[in-house]
Amino acid sequence: MMRGKGYFFKWYVALFFVFLYAPAILLPVFAFNDSSIVSFPLKGFTTKWFEVLQSTEALHVAVRNSLMIAVTTAIFSTLFGVLAARASTRFAFPARRSIMGFIMLPMVLPEIIIGVSLLVVIIQLGFELSLFTIILGHILICTPFCIAILSSAFMNLDRSLEEASIDLGQTRWNTFWMVIFPLVMPGIVASLLIAFTISLDEFIIAFFLAGTEPTLPVYIWGQLRFPQKLPSLMALGTLLLVLSISLLLLADYFRRRGLKKTGIENSGGFL
Amino acid sequence: MVLISPTLVFTLLMLAVPLIMVLALSFWTQSYLTLDRSFSLENYKAAWTEPMYQYLMARSLKISIFVTALTVLLAYPVAYFISFHVTPKRKAMWIFLITIPFWTSYLMRIFLWKVILGYNGVVNGSLMGLGLIEQPLSFILYNQNAVVLTLAHSWVPFAILPIFVALERVDRSLIEAAEDLGDNRLRRFLRVTLPLSMPGVIAATIIVFIPTIGDYVTPRLVGGPNGLMISNMIELQFKKANNAPLGAALAISAMAIVTCVTLVFVWMNRKFMRGPK
Amino acid sequence: MTQPIIQLSGVDKFYGDFQALSQIDLDIRTGEFFSLLGPSGCGKTTLLRSIAGFETPSAGSLHIDGKSMDGVPANKRPTNMVFQSYAIFPHMSVAENVAYGLKARRLPKAEIQERVSEAISMVGLQGFDSRASHALSGGQRQRVALARALVLKPRVLLLDEPLSALDKKMREQMQSELRRLQRAVGITFVLVTHDQEEALTMSDRIAVMFDGKIAQVATPQMLYGKPSSRRVGNFIGMMNFLEAEVRATSGETVEVDVQSLGRLTLPLSQAPAGVDGCQSVGIRPEMLTILAEGQTAEREIEAVVSEVFYYGDMTFYDVTLPQKDAPVTVTMRNTAGRKVLAAGDTARVGWSPVSLLLLR
Repeated sequence: MMRGKGYFFKWYVALFFVFLYAPAILLPVFAFNDSSIVSFPLKGFTTKWFEVLQSTEALHVAVRNSLMIAVTTAIFSTLFGVLAARASTRFAFPARRSIMGFIMLPMVLPEIIIGVSLLVVIIQLGFELSLFTIILGHILICTPFCIAILSSAFMNLDRSLEEASIDLGQTRWNTFWMVIFPLVMPGIVASLLIAFTISLDEFIIAFFLAGTEPTLPVYIWGQLRFPQKLPSLMALGTLLLVLSISLLLLADYFRRRGLKKTGIENSGGFL
Repeated sequence: MVLISPTLVFTLLMLAVPLIMVLALSFWTQSYLTLDRSFSLENYKAAWTEPMYQYLMARSLKISIFVTALTVLLAYPVAYFISFHVTPKRKAMWIFLITIPFWTSYLMRIFLWKVILGYNGVVNGSLMGLGLIEQPLSFILYNQNAVVLTLAHSWVPFAILPIFVALERVDRSLIEAAEDLGDNRLRRFLRVTLPLSMPGVIAATIIVFIPTIGDYVTPRLVGGPNGLMISNMIELQFKKANNAPLGAALAISAMAIVTCVTLVFVWMNRKFMRGPK
Repeated sequence: MTQPIIQLSGVDKFYGDFQALSQIDLDIRTGEFFSLLGPSGCGKTTLLRSIAGFETPSAGSLHIDGKSMDGVPANKRPTNMVFQSYAIFPHMSVAENVAYGLKARRLPKAEIQERVSEAISMVGLQGFDSRASHALSGGQRQRVALARALVLKPRVLLLDEPLSALDKKMREQMQSELRRLQRAVGITFVLVTHDQEEALTMSDRIAVMFDGKIAQVATPQMLYGKPSSRRVGNFIGMMNFLEAEVRATSGETVEVDVQSLGRLTLPLSQAPAGVDGCQSVGIRPEMLTILAEGQTAEREIEAVVSEVFYYGDMTFYDVTLPQKDAPVTVTMRNTAGRKVLAAGDTARVGWSPVSLLLLR
């Protein structure tokens, strides 16, 4: 009955996944390839490129910078996101739609516009480019994503739970910490992770606003022009891929655990 | 009101103020190191009349539109498959699998397309190995085709998601009713499923179109001299050419064009929304 | 008489232009089981929430135990509420939920534990202390909500449609449970419901509300037997209405021309809200009888059966009376030997003037 169409779909999806995963698969392939040229034919197995990574000081600096930026961005974007999501889902303040639309704007603007604008402001005001300026830029673009995730979490919160807490004699402040916060925790975790990931991989704004200290993507960009650095970059990419997937799986595990505790149905996935 | 202010103030400072300054900058002129702050439309004149910029903008639009069309066409069947042919329990897993390639560094992914499409790359290597061609193909890299392909690859998961969400929302009993009333599978799809999923398709279109037109890395790495896009020129003006006001004018012009095209899409979205919802 | 525990006076509530409550004057007595009854949108929940402190009246005053509640936030009022969705904290166990309010008061641990166990047994959930709240059924959740509120020993317990989410069997069980609980604990219960059967079985007194106003406050018997208006009569149970025209009033009686039944003289006690403006006469279906052969009644009238509804223990007949188009309902218990008629049959309908009510 449906089998005819199902057959076409299966082939299409299979080919699609080959297309989708092609670059990603190549990362470990060339990371372990014993050749200083990144191209076929493959030459043999080696782990030396990973060892090269370990000894490259500049890389470590870039990684540290990126991590620092990403963690800070995650925390502040989530903070801004919590405030904005709570305000927009629970209260009706004047011009709410316009204000929220404005705050979400960075999500639809091309990054180059944002990078360029921030660069202009910083230079005109005479400030220096530094990691701090990158953090500001990242918070700007991550916050809308955090708001999207957190709004959904706050909307799922039963309003009568807050009222019940007040009715039973609790203060508003304690109500937030004892009732609201635990229940939106999965959303907060998701928000932190998304912001962290976006920041870690973000290139254009970091490229425009970088002073003398590079972030990881900026470092990689710098290395791409040197053919002999390419295999070690493949190794780096493989590591990043493994790290991201592990983080995501870990986050999903915590999300499921959190859901089990509160008994909300598992709809699957952060989004 | 109090709750929203920190976020609002931050966005005002970091977005509104910079954008206004860029707007202001676009009306000034720069010669070498001196910035002339008198009002002038010279930059806009240059941006809109000089053939190089016009050409570049047109090319960027063209590439973006192709990418958007290609991406949405590629994405729809996958979204349909996951929504209709996968058991509910597994749907989240499939969506997860689609997003995994994203967890590689964006830069490296684009670079890897260079490896795949290059002269000694995977495609050429396999095609020659299979005996299908004798000389490596050179038209697959360092041109607009490569840019389109690479951008489509990057953005297709972002297109799948909204289409998938829209398809999930389609009431299955409507499709069954169509069957009961006599439609065959193709007609059911065209007359019921597709129109009802249109809001998702339009959302996907907007989500893909806007960022791709401003993409910098892809044209730079795989575009070759004929594949550069407007953002590469903007960056050039700000960095090497030291003509920030011109860059600003180009950026504002590009944004204006993108906004117009997006508004057209949004208007189309409203038209479709009036129906089903 | 002791002072009423809740006193509402001239209470109005506006949401923009919409008036949700209009000049509410209400006294609720200490220790009574009081219900706010009405169709959805009548304002009963708004009124309950105003007592609880979640809505602030636009005008008028509210006193609980003689003290004004003006400016007193919900967490400081001597009331506790059972919410329609029960609002059980999903991330806490049963015992933690019940202990929540006690913990907010910072009572010593031992006392909390003791009171929590007591409350949990009182609602019949012994042994459920450490059960996770998402593993509870609807009825169990409701009991947790009750225990959680009652453990704080409020002066008034407010219940917002507590039984609407339960299935029929559970609802009936909980109705008697709530009644029993209220008697055992002795505090004032104020319950909001749209189900008149529920209100009638559980309450000491009921306030019927329509469109933000109180239509009538009375005991269930008074409400059923002497509704103050056609609308109330129609809302509580079933009622047949016949057009009526008042001809004359004298000291203790009123003369009325009633559709199909002719001219009658009724005592003024059968006009519960006075004679002015009355245009209908109401009679309950069970006050009419389908007379069997040879059976007589104080008055009779010929009718034709138009529809028969069989309910097992009862049969409802829709009969058409002379001079009236719309059928009138007669309910008969299906006792042994009683003949069940069919549509189209003629019937003699027996009635008595004493069961008529003159209504506005």
